[in-house]
Amino acid sequence: MNGPQAYRLETGGFIERDRPLTFTCNGQRFTGYAGDTLASALLANGVRVVGRSFKYHRPRGILAAGVEETNALFRIDSGVLSVPLVRATMQPLVEGLSATTENAWPSIGFDFGRVLDFTHWLWPAGFYNKTFKWPSWQWYEGLIRRSAGSGRLPAGQDASDYYQHNLHCDVLVVGGGPAGLREALAASRAGSHVVIAELEPRLGGRLRHDGGEIDGMPALQWLERAVAELHHAGQVRVLTSTTVTGYYDHDVLVAVDRSNADDPTRPVERLWKIRAKRVVLASGAIEQPLVFANNDRPGIVLAGAVRRYIAEYAVTVGRSVVVATNNDDAYRTAFALHTAGIQVPAIVDSRAVPAPELTREAAARGLEVIGNAVIVDTTGTHGVREVEVRALSGDGRSLTGASRSIRCDALAMSGGWSPAAHLYSQAGGKLRYDDVQACFVPDRCAARVSVVGAANGDFGRPLAIRALVRTPSGPSNRQWIDFRHDVTAADIELAARENFSAVEHMKRYTTAGMSIDQGKTSNLSAMSLLAEQTGRTIAEVGTTTFRPMYSPVSMGALTAGINGDRYAPRRVMPAQSWHAAHGADFDDYGSWQRPACYPRRGETRDAAIEREVLVTRNAVSLFDGSPLGKIEVKGPDAAEFLNRIYVNNALTLKPGKARYGLMLNENGVIIDDGVFACMAPGHFLVSTTSGGAERIAMWMDEWHQCEWPGLKLVIAPVTTQWAVLTLAGPRARGLLASIDSDIDFSAGAFPHLSFRMGRLAGSPARVQRVSFSGEASFEVSVPALRGESLWEAFMAAGTALGIEPIGVEALMVLRTEKGFLHVGSDTDGTTNPYDVGFGGVVDKKKGDFVGRRSLLRSHDRRPDRRQFIGLEPVSTSDRLVAGSHLMASTGGKRRSEGFVTSACLSPTFGKSIGLGLLERGFTRKGEVVTVFNEGRSFEARVVDPAFYDPAGERMHG
Amino acid sequence: MMQLPCPYCGVRDEDEFRFGGQSHITRPDLNCSDAEWADYLFCRDNPKGVNFERWLHAFGCGRWFNLARHTVTHEILACYRMGEPKPNVTGGAA
Repeated sequence: MNGPQAYRLETGGFIERDRPLTFTCNGQRFTGYAGDTLASALLANGVRVVGRSFKYHRPRGILAAGVEETNALFRIDSGVLSVPLVRATMQPLVEGLSATTENAWPSIGFDFGRVLDFTHWLWPAGFYNKTFKWPSWQWYEGLIRRSAGSGRLPAGQDASDYYQHNLHCDVLVVGGGPAGLREALAASRAGSHVVIAELEPRLGGRLRHDGGEIDGMPALQWLERAVAELHHAGQVRVLTSTTVTGYYDHDVLVAVDRSNADDPTRPVERLWKIRAKRVVLASGAIEQPLVFANNDRPGIVLAGAVRRYIAEYAVTVGRSVVVATNNDDAYRTAFALHTAGIQVPAIVDSRAVPAPELTREAAARGLEVIGNAVIVDTTGTHGVREVEVRALSGDGRSLTGASRSIRCDALAMSGGWSPAAHLYSQAGGKLRYDDVQACFVPDRCAARVSVVGAANGDFGRPLAIRALVRTPSGPSNRQWIDFRHDVTAADIELAARENFSAVEHMKRYTTAGMSIDQGKTSNLSAMSLLAEQTGRTIAEVGTTTFRPMYSPVSMGALTAGINGDRYAPRRVMPAQSWHAAHGADFDDYGSWQRPACYPRRGETRDAAIEREVLVTRNAVSLFDGSPLGKIEVKGPDAAEFLNRIYVNNALTLKPGKARYGLMLNENGVIIDDGVFACMAPGHFLVSTTSGGAERIAMWMDEWHQCEWPGLKLVIAPVTTQWAVLTLAGPRARGLLASIDSDIDFSAGAFPHLSFRMGRLAGSPARVQRVSFSGEASFEVSVPALRGESLWEAFMAAGTALGIEPIGVEALMVLRTEKGFLHVGSDTDGTTNPYDVGFGGVVDKKKGDFVGRRSLLRSHDRRPDRRQFIGLEPVSTSDRLVAGSHLMASTGGKRRSEGFVTSACLSPTFGKSIGLGLLERGFTRKGEVVTVFNEGRSFEARVVDPAFYDPAGERMHG
Repeated sequence: MMQLPCPYCGVRDEDEFRFGGQSHITRPDLNCSDAEWADYLFCRDNPKGVNFERWLHAFGCGRWFNLARHTVTHEILACYRMGEPKPNVTGGAA
């Protein structure tokens, strides 16, 4: 065997030898075949070093053949995809694929990071908790982080397509090996709707490489028939290349399907959300490594994987392969190697007396069996070339006799098998430790799940395992437990010494089992060693909690199309196209797209906002307030209901009148404000803040349904059914009077805080005199579909009056000038009605309302609470900024006594003004306080919040 | 994802519903002590076992109702309308 693919066997395997493929790995070109994985193709080409370890940057080779692979991680570039941290064993070979190792510099063959291996005693588990602290840990953090890590995030957006499906079935079978296929066939023959999910590209599991017989016929023949029957059965769905990654409540499982990953016209990954009446877990078992010094070298491979590479891919991991084992199963690998013509210098068996039929067959093949012996150490940095063997003492606690060196170029090791019971545990299943098989097996479970086959600890024939925690000699800081995170036996010993003896603490302190492989080949060793170190049984130590995902899942699959523009619904207002056509500068206000302002050509935002404020004060402005929350409350008990929801009295509100109200939660904190109007006896229109529209409707519904179901009323949210156009300014009334209507807009007939219904410009209309700006203001509501045409009518009628549209930002400046609070900006999670000057309304109210009892608490009435005030900088060159702290200017202790909650540069007054919450604020008007923000301070005077028109003459005019 | 029974609509997926916390809490009247009021505002049962709780079928009929749910196994032991008394359910499967 020489030349390209020197390690490819001449016959055998399921690869397609008539379809050669070329690929690149770390810049070098190779060939393989269709049917290869990247791992089998690399091994066929004799590539030994496929990665560098996480911490010490030691050269590493392929360890396994399946999902448990932990060393061979590459960035794969294939077509449009660039995906980091792909396990070479799970990557089907495709033409033109490029694989790159991302954590080696400058190259995988020569990595400067290896210096960490040469100084390894400086970097035990948790070293960063104890060292690199002076003068500041932040000096070192960047360097430490950069030298660890396994891959880099690709630049740019993920342009791949993903999809999600829902699936219901009678039986979900997880795993397409012999046990799973049996279950699927039985369920299918019984008429059930079956889904069988297999994470490899083909059904079969161990049948594809372990040979033997089932039901009296050769395994492969049985497999062919079973697959054909399942594919032809009408009610069976076969999912391959599909990993079931999580078991969720009420028997919902999630599976990631990569069967179309190579087809650019199909989604690269699909997520199946499967609800099954019954679940069968046939997920198999994962072979475990042996723990001895330098057990991580390239060329040291799990024994089951070695024979899988021979049988499925016609690849041998070496030309001279030593087999080391503590159980019967690995003998199959020795015999498979021998049958393929590969030299097996020795079978190193830790059991004193291996099974007679195995030793007989080994002898017949001329293979030496060294019983009662273990591997002590290995040599060969870029590929194992020699192993050291010694005999065990009788109790297995020490070594005896002379050591013996055996030359080889690969080592097949088996430390036993551990059931892949992850999904079972996620379902709430309990595990128990089986002392005979030296592994955790399913015990009992509440969900409708059963476990069969190797996943249930049924390995076919007994393993006759002699479980040793590790070779009882050799520096423990060179005995690897977790290959992925470079955790050695010494790290587990350290954890135990430092009393991280609970298994969950040991895991986090050492990071064993925390990486991409989630401890598939390390958890059992780690727990066994922890048990030994802390004088407990392995059963007493237990396992860490299993959680989804079983193996990595792309973010794209989880979000499957719900991103970008489709992440959240966006709402637009009825006059949207008019706003867009007239230069509106849109912002997102909650989920609504609204004009922040309407800058003219060449105008900055600030200049536009200033102009819009002044046109409202001096002429007339038009504002789109359609997102304003509107809820109709109607019924004989509507007034009584609102009287219990609002701080204000609702019983005395007469038809045609409106009132500004506060709503509290049961803790007495303001949750919303707005005007509520009486349309007719027993019929009210409640306005909420735009952000509170849905929340307050639900709040009302909850109180009605749960606490006061005897009250007779209906609660009808109508927010999106009505467009709201607000005309404000001294010329607003004149404009409305010029529009065709049956409503009398004259001053005496339509005072502030009134409500009228009628027709306007040919449309049904509801009009309220409500003001947020402080000018005479009319909120005109028409059915939403008429909103845009009414907007145009107002703009046309107002041209001669100087009308201009204004956006949200100008309205916020106007209301700040007026001192009107904005719930959520000027109030926080502690602000009650007393704090904002509503005490009089509370005290006059009779009867209970939501939050009233809380206002009776002494804490709610303290005079030193933060109270709502206005602020003006003493110097005209200073600017108030919301969020700044307020402090007493004199007196010893400087502490924050409140903060600025709103601020603007007022066009009306030509200076900076603001609003805030300040301890004892009501009694401190006139006092000069210090405003502190990001290291700077200046002085400001506490004033009444109503800067503009405190008597309200403009508003009532 | 759980499947929850709505007394009006039948069994539906969990994401149609909104959780409403402990059920059968009596709202004290204005004369209660500060301690009673604080208990009503802030203290809730947290059983490892059967929990009687309110749910809203938000993306469905919009009605509030009650469930008895085992907080470890998520087994639903009872489903009844808002305002009906707490049913007698035993502990549920271990």
